Amino acid sequence: MSTPYAKLPAWADYGLIPLINLSVAFIVAGLVVVLVGENPFRAAVILVEGAFGKGTGIAFTLFYATTFIFTGLSVAVAAHCSLFNIGTEGQAYIGGLGIALVCLSFDATLPWWLIFPMAIVAAAAFGALWGLIPAYLQAKRGSHIVITTIMFNFIAASVMVYLLVGPLKPAGSQAPQTRNFLSGAELPKLNWVIELFGAKIRSAPLNVCFLLALVMAFLVWLLIWRTRLGYEMRTYGHSPKAARYAGISETRIIITAMMISGALAGMMALNPVMGDQHNVAIDFVSGAGYVGIAVALMGRLHPVGIVLAAILFGMLYQGGAELAFEMPAISRDMIVIIQGLVILFAGALEHMFRPYIQALFASVSPKTVGMEAVKGKGA
Amino acid sequence: MDLFNAIIQVLDSTIRLSVPLLLACLAGLYSERAGIFDIGLEGKMLVGAFAGAAAAAVFHSALIGLGMAILISVAFAMVHGFASITHRGNQIVSGVAINFIASGSTVLLGQAWFKQGGRTPALQPGERFEAITWPGADAVRDVPILGPIYSELISGHSILVYFAFAMVPFTWWVLFRTRFGLRMRAVGENPAAVDTAGISVTWLRYRALICTGVLTGVAGAYLSMVQNGGFVKDMTAGKGYIALAALIFAKWKPVNAMFACLLFGFLDAAAIRLQGTPLPVIGKVPVQFMQALPYILTVILLAGFIGKAIPPRAGGVPYVKER
Amino acid sequence: MAQAAIELIGINKSFGAVRANRDINLEVTRGTIHGIVGENGAGKSTLMSILYGFYQADSGEIRVGGKPASIKTSNDAIALGIGMVHQHFMLVDNFSVLENIILGAESNALLKSSITKARSELDRLEREYGLEVDPDALIEELPVGLQQRVEILKALYRGAEILILDEPTGVLTPAEADHLFRILKQLKEQGKTVVLITHKLREIMAITDTVSVMRQGTMVATRETSKTTVEELAELMVGRRVLLRVEKGEAEAGAVKLSVRNLTVKDQRGVTMVDDVSLDVRAGEIVGIAGVAGNGQSELLEAISGIRRAVSGTVMLDGKPIDVTGVADPGELRDRGLAHVPEDRHHVGLVLAFEEHENSILGYHDKQRFLKGPFLNVDAIMADAKDKIAKYDIRPGNPRLKTANFSGGNQQKIVLAREIEQDPGVLIVGQPTRGVDVGAIEFIHKRLIAMRDQGKAVLVVSVELDEIRSLCDRILVMFAGRIVGERGPDATEGELGLLMAGVEQQEAAQ
Repeated sequence: MSTPYAKLPAWADYGLIPLINLSVAFIVAGLVVVLVGENPFRAAVILVEGAFGKGTGIAFTLFYATTFIFTGLSVAVAAHCSLFNIGTEGQAYIGGLGIALVCLSFDATLPWWLIFPMAIVAAAAFGALWGLIPAYLQAKRGSHIVITTIMFNFIAASVMVYLLVGPLKPAGSQAPQTRNFLSGAELPKLNWVIELFGAKIRSAPLNVCFLLALVMAFLVWLLIWRTRLGYEMRTYGHSPKAARYAGISETRIIITAMMISGALAGMMALNPVMGDQHNVAIDFVSGAGYVGIAVALMGRLHPVGIVLAAILFGMLYQGGAELAFEMPAISRDMIVIIQGLVILFAGALEHMFRPYIQALFASVSPKTVGMEAVKGKGA
Repeated sequence: MDLFNAIIQVLDSTIRLSVPLLLACLAGLYSERAGIFDIGLEGKMLVGAFAGAAAAAVFHSALIGLGMAILISVAFAMVHGFASITHRGNQIVSGVAINFIASGSTVLLGQAWFKQGGRTPALQPGERFEAITWPGADAVRDVPILGPIYSELISGHSILVYFAFAMVPFTWWVLFRTRFGLRMRAVGENPAAVDTAGISVTWLRYRALICTGVLTGVAGAYLSMVQNGGFVKDMTAGKGYIALAALIFAKWKPVNAMFACLLFGFLDAAAIRLQGTPLPVIGKVPVQFMQALPYILTVILLAGFIGKAIPPRAGGVPYVKER
Repeated sequence: MAQAAIELIGINKSFGAVRANRDINLEVTRGTIHGIVGENGAGKSTLMSILYGFYQADSGEIRVGGKPASIKTSNDAIALGIGMVHQHFMLVDNFSVLENIILGAESNALLKSSITKARSELDRLEREYGLEVDPDALIEELPVGLQQRVEILKALYRGAEILILDEPTGVLTPAEADHLFRILKQLKEQGKTVVLITHKLREIMAITDTVSVMRQGTMVATRETSKTTVEELAELMVGRRVLLRVEKGEAEAGAVKLSVRNLTVKDQRGVTMVDDVSLDVRAGEIVGIAGVAGNGQSELLEAISGIRRAVSGTVMLDGKPIDVTGVADPGELRDRGLAHVPEDRHHVGLVLAFEEHENSILGYHDKQRFLKGPFLNVDAIMADAKDKIAKYDIRPGNPRLKTANFSGGNQQKIVLAREIEQDPGVLIVGQPTRGVDVGAIEFIHKRLIAMRDQGKAVLVVSVELDEIRSLCDRILVMFAGRIVGERGPDATEGELGLLMAGVEQQEAAQ
């Protein structure tokens, strides 16, 4: 199939179009605000001020962003190999199990800087394993990975509920969660960094996982565009036949990509589990895996875009919480709606405005739209 | 006799629990047979449940509630169509978006309109669909074996239950005996063949999605107006996904779909019934295992260990005229 | 004066920046077979798709039976009595023949009466035109020739008076093609009008009454078939005298480099595509495999190059076996000096979404000179890509440009440069010049001959007889999965044609 759309300059492709899509999502969200009888402009101001107005807000925004960077990278890595990993949610959940095992075993004896690397490895390994089975079934048995990963999200939820109301729950406790970790398994906060810039922070969960997320974003960039493995993943992602021709093993590349994707998803659990709650509770992922899809799409599968999109979604989370506090008619569910709208307009409807923009560009300056492109086709 | 009664009760709740699955599963069948993947069944059921309960409470009419449930659910199906048919967007992404929007907007609007923490007001008699007692159901109740089967299993359900089961042969008939069904199956297999035959692929797929919307609307109405006396936050609780699993399990065939939904409904009913009771031989089965079983079975089926599930060939691929 | 069935006046159609049809005028006389010839990409299919309502012309007028017609959808075309048999059949594979025939032409909302009606109508068509086919068979169980018959029946069932066939013989065996031509003649005798799109001149000469030639989106000439020659049409098609022969010296064949013995390959449906094939390619010679597309050539190349598993047989490369039935891997074969230019460069030989330099290492991306540990050595890759661009005159010469934005000829040069510059001992090439402009054809042929002269073994598969004859030192002909004959480069077109048609199969086997 030929590309249905002609070429636009890169800045329009990666900047203008996402911006337009995002604006439309927010305009529709504004209409919802009107529907419940509030002023959308005031709501927008509260949202942005809540997210960035105070040090605490910024810290919370970045804390949420950390989670979304991990899940966004997870979705993106798989997507570069043309695998739609909708199982980031479940892989993150199971990643939490790995962290729980490490923390519950060592939190009394070891300091955080020894537990943290172990927990990273455990989270990544558990997430990767949960991605391995659907990957294996796709590569070897041809099972559609979208469906199997959805199924594995639910299986993961059942496994975790079973463990958290049973074996992992301390005796005598009612809450379906592990015991609280001791201080050895608590990660240092990063709030002092923001305080360096003069902002005041009361208490916010921003922690070293944020730095880990940025490192992972850089590593993912290296992986995809600068390594042999990434080259092979992209080759397979664009054309499985070309990959076969180039001597790239389909089984190996699918399984590797999904395990890396699962590992990144698993590492997401570090942020809320070790950085904030200090236990593993039921449903602690709470949809972050699905948000990862939106983040990856918004970020155009590029780590820089993903970090920016994650911060945007972090802002929605934090600002949305403030909004719910300030405007009683608007609950935190507003964030869920906005997420949905962003996924809709930046994802499923990403090409809606493209023809108009192309027409606009073509009328202003025909040369930029790649007029000499695609010869020798047709017939 | 105790065992018999227990079995009747489990089967009765099997029917009740499989109805929303069946409606959603048949809904998915229409769209997927037409070549549109739909993981937004969950969201459409949810908005249907909310719209149904809200309208029924406001207008004091179960029928208006049902109508509203269908209307809103169809509207969401049209959004899916707009994204994935008209604009050739990614169907999975569009489904995810719909689930998000549904989950957020039902609670937000519920809270804004009714101020009961996202719930809708408890439905009064007349605002819900009541159980229908079949003639003679009370009279034969005490007849051994057949009596309870008639009065418990066959009689005593709401109209939506009978509607759901009637939809099975109806859907089969539509699919294999009507022009619409022929074209719908064709467009899910090879849309280019439909296009060159002079039929609009777009309009055909939209019509399939309307069917999907109607059925998810009824499924939602069943949840909030029959099973429950009102809407509760996220009350679909993954049923849309189980329905999707059932659809694959049924290999996209209507009669199979009924059996798959009954099986999954039975697993659910049995899980509730057996909670904490040890089974002979196996011992105590964790309820979570029973809940995960539909998904596990579907994965095993997808892996090709029990038969092979071949989806409609054009599924998930937006139709672009070849150049 | 015979009446015009179709008149096209001033038709224009662009796809983005590509002008597929420019100011086309065409008149097709009722009750004739009218051929439209042109190279791949000349705009023939686009023009017919406009007539069939599949695309909309940007400007121009269509007249059917003398009256101006507005054809916005295929439905309009069908209503005007126009039917089309597409190159890729528009059939639903898991439907029965009957279901396919009534699709879109059902008499009412229920199927029952349509099916009854179609059944008796099929009966009639079968009697009238000898179009036999089991109405209850599933399409996927029918051979290609019968599937095409279903397409024709579909059009006739809808009352088509004008039948357009787009490259109908590309997938047919010669016998099936002959049968098709008989059917078309019969249709003509019944007063139907047939428009035949093809790039095969022999077919045009054999069956048409009138022929129109298209080149690069324009209609360059219309001739009465009886008053023109293959040579004239060929010249009109390409715009200048075709270079039938590339200058080359005698081959100095050396030791056997590639040796295939009793190779058998099946496709995914389990149909035997390559049947007990044996052949040798020596150093310093070009061996060509001629044949109608679909006679197992593609599968043969894929099996030798490790892309497809063979069922049985052996292949030796430099005297050492290639595990073609087991774990042969294209990457490993490259290491052993076997390079492969695949038939389908869009999906196999190239990743169109990649930048040019990324494609210039495809398959060689695991070579140490392109790597630094697990990382790609981008500097080395870019330098290498620029080097090849200069050597092969690839245009535009920008290694950062997306591969999709290169023309067909330049894309093929990217693949050839990559494979030839690895200095392989054996080069196998599928359809070296398909969809390639004339200038590039000459360049590519010269390159392949240079390979030969350096003492490499070259195996070429092509459906273009001219190419095979001008390029190869030995010609093998494949038919129905078998090698049915070997000829020298001086073999006549007629001689090879008979072999390709399977006529001399018995004789050749002796």
